[in-house]
Amino acid sequence: MRMDLKSQTIDKIDKLVPRYPTIRSAALPLCHLIQEDQGYLSKEAIEWIANRLDLQPINIQEIVTFYPMLRTEPTGKYHVRVCRTLPCALAGAYSTCRRLEEELDVSVGHTSEDGLVTLEFVECHADCGKAPVVMVGEDEYTDISPDRATELAKKIKNGDL
Amino acid sequence: MEHQQYRLIFKHVDQPDYSNDIECYIKNGGYEDLKKAVGMQPEAICQEVLDSGVRGRGGAGFPAGMKWKFLDRKSGKPIYLICNADESEPGTFKDRQIIHQDPHQLIEGMMCAAYAIQAKLAFIYIRGEFYEGYQILERAIEEARNKNFLGDDILGSGYSCDIIVHRGAGAYICGEETGLIESLEGKRANPRIKPPYFPAALGAYQCPTIVNNVETLCDVKHIIHMGGEAFSKIGTPGNTGTRIWCVSGHVQKPGYYEFPCAGVTLGQLIFDVCGGLKPGRKLKAVIPGGSSAKVLRADERFKGKLKDGTDFDWGVEDIPMDFDSLMACGSMSGSGGVIVMDDTTDMVEALANINYFYAHESCGQCTPCREGVPWMRKVTARMCAGQAREEDADLLMNIADQIAGRTICAFGEAASWPVQSFIEKFKDEFIQKAREQAALRNDGKPTKIETTLI
Repeated sequence: MRMDLKSQTIDKIDKLVPRYPTIRSAALPLCHLIQEDQGYLSKEAIEWIANRLDLQPINIQEIVTFYPMLRTEPTGKYHVRVCRTLPCALAGAYSTCRRLEEELDVSVGHTSEDGLVTLEFVECHADCGKAPVVMVGEDEYTDISPDRATELAKKIKNGDL
Repeated sequence: MEHQQYRLIFKHVDQPDYSNDIECYIKNGGYEDLKKAVGMQPEAICQEVLDSGVRGRGGAGFPAGMKWKFLDRKSGKPIYLICNADESEPGTFKDRQIIHQDPHQLIEGMMCAAYAIQAKLAFIYIRGEFYEGYQILERAIEEARNKNFLGDDILGSGYSCDIIVHRGAGAYICGEETGLIESLEGKRANPRIKPPYFPAALGAYQCPTIVNNVETLCDVKHIIHMGGEAFSKIGTPGNTGTRIWCVSGHVQKPGYYEFPCAGVTLGQLIFDVCGGLKPGRKLKAVIPGGSSAKVLRADERFKGKLKDGTDFDWGVEDIPMDFDSLMACGSMSGSGGVIVMDDTTDMVEALANINYFYAHESCGQCTPCREGVPWMRKVTARMCAGQAREEDADLLMNIADQIAGRTICAFGEAASWPVQSFIEKFKDEFIQKAREQAALRNDGKPTKIETTLI
């Protein structure tokens, strides 16, 4: 089985696996590393991870389907995640998300037709003192009122982010 | 009124000239306590932690020293230490600050604890969403290894231990210690049944394991620094040390504030420390310990006897912020996440929001939780979508009562307590919603109105 992985990814995997007391412990870290490398976890990727760890594909499949951050489909160029849990909701997260839907022309839970943005609701990101919290990729944006969401959307559309 | 914070754990958090690299940490006296620790007998450290009375900061508030005492040392199996940095309870954002701004404090606390329990290997289980925090910790661990504060033969003591940072991937249930262990082992985070799977006896890899919260492990460092007895003088008997209260929701100055246990009341925290509510608003409700804690209604009165026999008669604002007082009021200090709601809050929507969260996060292992929590979510979602029924309040209570106490882990309670307390304290609003919608329906008007929390 062949996967086109970056050499840094292979290096990280080779260093990481022997550190754990059992090889299976490396399953979740490997899912993260392959997802960072490939953007998502394809069927081939799941088989590759299973093979690398001497497990069955179902052992990887069952964690991929359990953990919300693991994806089996690619996201748009920008992956926008809006926290909707109570503290963010009290600070107006639903209005923020509606504004992002309008500005980015995509409904929450979907990827825009041009493939630019995937917009999702997520649960608490543990920064409730600066709600509403929005993530774009791995970068965090805090205190995102609807008006600041408009600014953020403009930057995304202009490729300034 | 000014209330002076006691910044023990957060001493350097938000300090302008403080950075999270090891040089800065050492310049400020960092790793001196680890040097002291490795010169002590491990049992002596365990005794100090027991004497300190420090209780777990992750939610349950169990004495950490006692947890350590339960460790099965006779099995001959390796011992593992796990730092629970999943910080997944909604309303809690203290561990993020420690990891981002003072990661070496956590590493030092962990290595002190690891030495005390003679752990073979330590893990930091960090929530997947903290990608930046993960990178900061990886770098900090590398720095500490280069200076021999972890790794082989730490500071010439003959004791060796390393730390692996293990990322979660967005599942709330990984904050539950046995779910966390399953996740660390590369599986779905389905919590284990206790007994027999008390981590101190049968934890990670079926070996004795201690799982402690980030804040608790930082406390260990300070206990070694000042001694268990001095630490136990902070706060009140049975509620020792400081707590970091994370305040969110409808206050003027949300944020994190560190006080001795019982150092402030809930009212002082909201109105003095956090600047009160927005102009013209009134306090309606507070969830004092993360979203699974039972809600408190602003006009409630609490009467009873504390553990030590003293009578209390408190309004919500009078409740001292500590473990036992909040428990005496029927709620809990949990993970320290205080969520404040003013009089503009629709309590049905607020509960619908909370139910959405718990339905999303149920691991699906136990039938009452897997079926019941999404059912509660459906009922509250329907109520907010214009189809509320007068009997919904009783239905919700009935479902919640059949989940709590009937599941492998405490998630069943975490999901049921909000429902039970919202219905108990705000039942009239649930019935009112159904009546208002019925009146609109009679007038031929749409019953679905715009919602803000769901």
